Amino acid sequence: MTAILTVRGLDARIGGQQVVEDVSLDVAEHGVTALLGRNGVGKSSTIKALLGLTERTGVVTFAGERIDGLLTHRIVQRGIAYVPEDREVFGGLTVEENLRLAERAGAPNRAIIAELFPELLERAKQQAGTLSGGQQQMVSLSRALMNENRLLLVDEPTKGLAPRIVGTVTTALEAAAERTPMLLVEQNLQVVRALAHTVVVLSGGRVVHTGPATAFLDSDLVHRHLGVSTDQEAA
Amino acid sequence: MRTAPTTSRRGLTSRWGRIAVGAAVVAVAAMLPLLAIDIPGVLPGPTYTPGTLTVLAYAMLIAALALSYHLIFGVAGMLSFGHAMFFAAGAYGLGIVLRLLAPTGIPSEAVFLLAIVITLVIALVLGNLVGALALRVSGISFAMVTLAIAQAMNVMIRRNVGGLTGGEEGVTLTVDVVPDWLVGVVNTRNLYWLALAILVGVYLACAWVERSRLGHVVAAARENELRVTVLGLRPYLVRLFLFSTAAVLAAVAGMGFMLLQSSATPRISTSDFTLTLLVIVVLGGVGYRWGAIVGGIVYTLLDQRLAALASSDAIAGLPDVLRIPLSEPLFILGMLFVLVVMFAPGGIVGLAHRVTRRRGGSRDAREPAVLQDMEA
Amino acid sequence: MTTVLLLLITGVGLGALYFLVASGLSLIYGLMGVLNFAHGSFLTLAGFLGWEVGRRVGDGSWAGLLVGMLVGLVVGALVAAITELVFIRALYERHIEQVLVTVGLGLASVALFEGIWGTDPIQIRLPEWLGQTTDVLGANIPNDRWLLIGSAALVLVLIVLFLQRTSYGLVIRAGVENRTMVTALGIDVRRAFTVVFAIGGAAAGLGGVLASVYYGQVGAHQGTSLLIYAFIVTVIGGLGSLSGAAIASVLVAVIQQFANFYLGGTGDLAVVLALAAVLLVRPTGLMGKVTH
Repeated sequence: MTAILTVRGLDARIGGQQVVEDVSLDVAEHGVTALLGRNGVGKSSTIKALLGLTERTGVVTFAGERIDGLLTHRIVQRGIAYVPEDREVFGGLTVEENLRLAERAGAPNRAIIAELFPELLERAKQQAGTLSGGQQQMVSLSRALMNENRLLLVDEPTKGLAPRIVGTVTTALEAAAERTPMLLVEQNLQVVRALAHTVVVLSGGRVVHTGPATAFLDSDLVHRHLGVSTDQEAA
Repeated sequence: MRTAPTTSRRGLTSRWGRIAVGAAVVAVAAMLPLLAIDIPGVLPGPTYTPGTLTVLAYAMLIAALALSYHLIFGVAGMLSFGHAMFFAAGAYGLGIVLRLLAPTGIPSEAVFLLAIVITLVIALVLGNLVGALALRVSGISFAMVTLAIAQAMNVMIRRNVGGLTGGEEGVTLTVDVVPDWLVGVVNTRNLYWLALAILVGVYLACAWVERSRLGHVVAAARENELRVTVLGLRPYLVRLFLFSTAAVLAAVAGMGFMLLQSSATPRISTSDFTLTLLVIVVLGGVGYRWGAIVGGIVYTLLDQRLAALASSDAIAGLPDVLRIPLSEPLFILGMLFVLVVMFAPGGIVGLAHRVTRRRGGSRDAREPAVLQDMEA
Repeated sequence: MTTVLLLLITGVGLGALYFLVASGLSLIYGLMGVLNFAHGSFLTLAGFLGWEVGRRVGDGSWAGLLVGMLVGLVVGALVAAITELVFIRALYERHIEQVLVTVGLGLASVALFEGIWGTDPIQIRLPEWLGQTTDVLGANIPNDRWLLIGSAALVLVLIVLFLQRTSYGLVIRAGVENRTMVTALGIDVRRAFTVVFAIGGAAAGLGGVLASVYYGQVGAHQGTSLLIYAFIVTVIGGLGSLSGAAIASVLVAVIQQFANFYLGGTGDLAVVLALAAVLLVRPTGLMGKVTH
């Protein structure tokens, strides 16, 4: 399968400290590629570096075009949507304002919000800062999913959410993944199993394993690279 | 830390080599009053003349002051807008204490020494008080607190609070209690040597502080506060030490200024004067000790020469569009500073390093680490 | 009682002037993380040009003053926008360098103003009414304070409307909260930078003309001295908060007036103490945002 995004020799620095070292990976044209690894290994930093949110060097090619020298908003305008870790909704803005801000050129599809997260529509006038964590994640996902995207970068979408919301979020991501390729950072291996077809595993800022998701999740590599055994997945 | 790259620890870049160069520079500087070197356009006259020696002595004191500012800004990465107040504390302190002690009948040598000690103590206390308050916040808030305190000092000095500071007139030196060899135009070369001694002394003090464990801790705290806290050190106390050390060193330069100029006016306590220091340190090269010295001397000489140029016939004959900007030294220096910040972030010393390193075949000069760290 | 009322209203008048400078500073810092040391120069230049145009239209007349205020607004906005485009944008996301550049511009421009208009302030003529007083419950309030208060209130309302009702306003509000996330939504936040500079410059420019009304003169150092108070106001109010700037402007000016009157001219000292107190109790300022 061909890749929509190829990364070669990516280094990233935050505040003068190297957080990602020589990472090379591909994101397939279809389906979900999961980026795995222990805490603090550089998964989120890798995604930020791809978006130009940290200082970075290396070659990043998106749909045949080099994007490693572009400013963040230009990268996003090429059709790459970002769902950040910790959601990062604008707490002082209303839900509606959060969504309006995120509308990019093209044809934003507001109907998808009614379909996936109907409760957001009732809260359109509410300040996003007063929403629950799960509702904030719905806002964050809506900001990304309502646009025409060619790639989704999704960082820990289920972190800190109640089990019921995890289900809602997973369903939404599953639906999105049918239309748009996705690079997903996720700690919850059940979610990974449900969504991903390929995994890329980071350790010490480097890629240590790349391969099909199911085979990886069923092998003892899970234990070696992530420090959990397969039957602990539910945790 | 900021020593020469390991690949070229030979010749002039080795430690002893650099000490030798430094000693030679100091020796040449010390000989200047005995020589008749004339550099038209740079110096107002031959080097033995009092006019030129005064300009050079002033430049060296400003360099010493800039060095003390380098400790705060360049080493610790703290943007202070109040450093001029310590320079003013030195100048005003010495002037006021001398005037108060003069009628007491104590022998004049004792009065002079006592006044110096008292002024140093004042600077130490002031440095610790201001530092203790301002260092409770960081970043831009720290800059604002130092700016506000310095502004309040400036207002008090101008208002002649307690009848001590003489308002806009300022304070003049009570010469009868100052040793004879430091008074009068005939002794300008002694004042020059004093200024040189102050500059060397401040340089050595800065070098010592930077190389000490404290200096390393402060530099580390600039990069990563957590790491220092983990080491069991309180960044607050270390920064306070550095801040008050810089305050005392600034006061030393201020005392030299008082002796050289025989008077102090509120100008040296303004925030503009601190901004000038910032300009000097950046112009010379942030993070380099030599940068502060080169910046201080280049800035002062440029300021003097541009002022002379402004009143020259060549400028007077120009049309207004050119004449007005060119007759304002601070305009030219300000724009020069803007250009340096935008196009040569390492300043003069950074440029020099880049040239020498490129010739040596090693990699290009680093960007000033300080500027990056402060943004992190 | 009449003295208290007099001090209170004149204090609010001075606070209005502080607000015109501080509102732009606070918005610029909030959105861009840049403390703009050139802000005082926007004010001074607008003050001079407003006066130069105004006196040609009608020296000492209302028409001259109103045209001057308009010129001040436009000059402030233009100069600020140009500053952002030429100097600040080139140093995108390098905050310390951006601050240093504004420091250099501030120093250089004041020197240039001195070269053009001289070092001494120039006395100006104003409409007669502004030099008179109005009796409010026995207190004789100088009339120029009404002009200051009215203008600042209008500016506050306009800025709030702009922030609440326009798409740029939305980007600015979001950017003050989390600039990085705004760019990650595909928005070129630099355009909002220019807009914020222009708005702040316009307010400061109007402030420059009104400062000359307040002091009865225009001078090369007017902006710089007001800038320091505006900085203090901005920090006390909370960097990035418009409402904080409004509240702190009035607070600082009123404290200053009262200390000057009752505590023997210690207004400046009182302001610094207020700053110290606020920073020690609430380092983020009265209405400061929580940093993330």
